[in-house]
Amino acid sequence: MELFLMAITTGVMVGSIYALVALGWVLIYKCSGVLNLAMGEMTLIGAYVSLSFYSMGIPFLLALLFSLIIGLILGILTERIFLDKLIGKPVLTVIMVTVGLSFFFKGMVELIWGTDTRVFTPPVFSIEPIHIGPVIVGQAYLWSFVAAIILLIVFVCFFKYTRWGLAMQATADDEMAALSLGVSARFVYAASWAIAFMAAGVGGTLLGNINGLNISVGYLGLLVLPAVVLGGLNSIPGAIVGGIAIGILQNLCGTYLDKYFLGGVKEVAPFVFMVIFLLFKPHGLWGWERIERV
Amino acid sequence: MSNEKMILKINNIEVKYHEVILVIKGVSIEVPKGGIVTLLGANGAGKSTILKAISGLLRHEDGEVTDGSIEFMGRRIDKLGAEKIAKMGIVQVIEGRRVFEHLTVEENLKVGAHMKKYGRSVKDGLEMVYNYFPRLKEKRSEIAGFISGGEQQMTVVGRALMTSPEMILLDEPSMGLAPLLIHEIFNIITKLNQEENISILLVEQNAKLALNVAPYAYVMENGRIVMDDTAEKLRENPDIKDFYLGITDIGRRKSFRDVKHYKRRKRWLT
Repeated sequence: MELFLMAITTGVMVGSIYALVALGWVLIYKCSGVLNLAMGEMTLIGAYVSLSFYSMGIPFLLALLFSLIIGLILGILTERIFLDKLIGKPVLTVIMVTVGLSFFFKGMVELIWGTDTRVFTPPVFSIEPIHIGPVIVGQAYLWSFVAAIILLIVFVCFFKYTRWGLAMQATADDEMAALSLGVSARFVYAASWAIAFMAAGVGGTLLGNINGLNISVGYLGLLVLPAVVLGGLNSIPGAIVGGIAIGILQNLCGTYLDKYFLGGVKEVAPFVFMVIFLLFKPHGLWGWERIERV
Repeated sequence: MSNEKMILKINNIEVKYHEVILVIKGVSIEVPKGGIVTLLGANGAGKSTILKAISGLLRHEDGEVTDGSIEFMGRRIDKLGAEKIAKMGIVQVIEGRRVFEHLTVEENLKVGAHMKKYGRSVKDGLEMVYNYFPRLKEKRSEIAGFISGGEQQMTVVGRALMTSPEMILLDEPSMGLAPLLIHEIFNIITKLNQEENISILLVEQNAKLALNVAPYAYVMENGRIVMDDTAEKLRENPDIKDFYLGITDIGRRKSFRDVKHYKRRKRWLT
């Protein structure tokens, strides 16, 4: 029972990080219809940026803030340089560009930071575990969870209560109508990339704190796919629930099934699940089908 | 009509889609400040294209004004983007009640106020809209995708109103609505024109209704203006009566009229 609770708790906590990255992914998809396959590499870049700042002796929170700002700038640049010209081009073209971007980003990371595993030194979170009732959790997990939740709340409030957030939602709903009201589509696209880059950066930083940082953190980008497929490609709440669900699923499978196989079930399980899930609910839990009035 | 009083002047424009498909040929339209002008015509005549050319949404569909000019309050706007044109005070209500389906009614309206700073002006705007459309106030927190068609049309017009426009381009506000609702919406449109002094360019299929609301009308066929006159004169025009108002002189023999109708219409178009 304790083992089960542990798996669930850890799952929720790691899952909240996935949720954060998934939110960024969904935002780009919702606002500009771009299926972004470079998300993992965006995570990497953000993580390495905050690691660099942290290694310079800047306090962790400040380093995280700097990486947010750099994420914002990189997001806008990426959209302006690579995707702005592709508006209205076939979907496949745009997807291929994001694949290209993912290689480009990965190459840049290897060029600048090398391929060795790096860790945050000194460790940001103490390794002393915390007891919550019968469950023991690492501090890194717990604080990551807190940070991810805070950021998720900030983003959701941004969409719900600011005019820019509303404009982004409106554009996602009906771009033409939004344009007719003077909403700038270019702003919305740039903002969605900027937010995605920021979310990815924080997600990467948190994961880097848990496992150490190397290129493999970028595979998180792939994990985002099962999460968003579960939630529905264009649902923000769906992305959050999907991310957490995938985190739980991963940890449960890792805990109970790993011993029957050669290992690695943790990595495969989300994708097996995604395929099975797609068979039954291709729109995900909260994905949009167009609203039909009855 | 004298020149200074015109808020919108379209001079001899030509519109092409995808750089080859010529859909509008030499169209000129003028809208007086604070006036209502209607643009009549059958399906595919190019009425919506004209509105999109004015609002700049044309470019979004890979169309372009290739000749002529569009002037709004003395400034040329045919080369500007949709966003800039909206900021100058032209708002288009796209045909087909395009509400933001997943937002609530009030959020829909707030998007209309997007260009303003949040605060007092948005509240005033909301109040004004709810004043004109009391029904929207009741439905304010409902998801716009699920309200009735008439309410959606009200939301869309209200949303346009939130931008505090100088001019509204209305594309078929009557489409698919019950006659009573159409009546209500047209009443409000007239009221908006009179009380808020908003100039209106109205595109309609329902010619009878449009000629009641607008004192001046243009008739379009195949991408050209074929006639323009005051509503009174157009209502009396036998061709308009026949083609658009569906009124025929009683007593004539039908077969004879049908032949004549065809010939007359053909002559009219060329």
